[in-house]
Amino acid sequence: MNDSYKKYVEDRAKRSPCFVNTLKALCVGGLICCVGKAITELYTFMGAELKNAQTLSTVTLVFIAGLLTGIGWFSAMGKFSGAGTLVPITGFANAIASPAIENKTEGLIYGTCAKMFVIAGPVIVFGTLASSLYGVIYYVVEKVM
Amino acid sequence: MFIEYLKVFLVGGIICAIAQVLIDKTAMTGARILVSFVVAGVVLTGIGVYQRLVDFASAGATVPIVGFGYTLATATKEAVDKEGLLGALTGGLTGTAAGITAAVVFAFIWSLVFKSKQK
Repeated sequence: MNDSYKKYVEDRAKRSPCFVNTLKALCVGGLICCVGKAITELYTFMGAELKNAQTLSTVTLVFIAGLLTGIGWFSAMGKFSGAGTLVPITGFANAIASPAIENKTEGLIYGTCAKMFVIAGPVIVFGTLASSLYGVIYYVVEKVM
Repeated sequence: MFIEYLKVFLVGGIICAIAQVLIDKTAMTGARILVSFVVAGVVLTGIGVYQRLVDFASAGATVPIVGFGYTLATATKEAVDKEGLLGALTGGLTGTAAGITAAVVFAFIWSLVFKSKQK
């Protein structure tokens, strides 16, 4: 019984290759982007300018992702969809909220606040590095040359 | 309207699918995916490609983390236009301030509300 079950699990594991994962990621990621658009349209409908509505939509997605992380649904969704929840801005929010909650026991400063940036830190560092470099190149190309 | 959402779904979905293929085939970790996608967003915006994708698919291109790089780059460009070279330092984080601040503030609040599930 146990052996046959083990075999069944292994078979399933073999048959759940890259393609299925990719399809799941595509569907979930695509849906999250659609939710983002729907929220943007809601804020525009409520009278916000498009640019502000987009920013508010990002903030709302970040809020929801943090909440889902807190109640433990996000990790379940992440297991199912992989990059589908990681790559949208929800993944960035989860990368900050998850270690903040999980490391509470290590204290406020070295637990929550320091661990918050375990993954978000590198993202912000490389992001700002790249954008500063781009700013310098853009300045040289457009204004000096 | 349906077509608009289909574009958002496909572009956003395909960006996530690319990340999933990278995870499965190259054993890249989630953190590396996030970092490289943000940098890719800055580069693609810098060479003018990503703006077209944003015009085409709106949220489909801005909601993925690549859009974070897009916001960094466009805000830097605007700041350089306005303030000169100083803009290279001020632009990026100014443009992404709402997203980063929201993520930090909400994460802090959730960490007070929820208990760790790790045992």
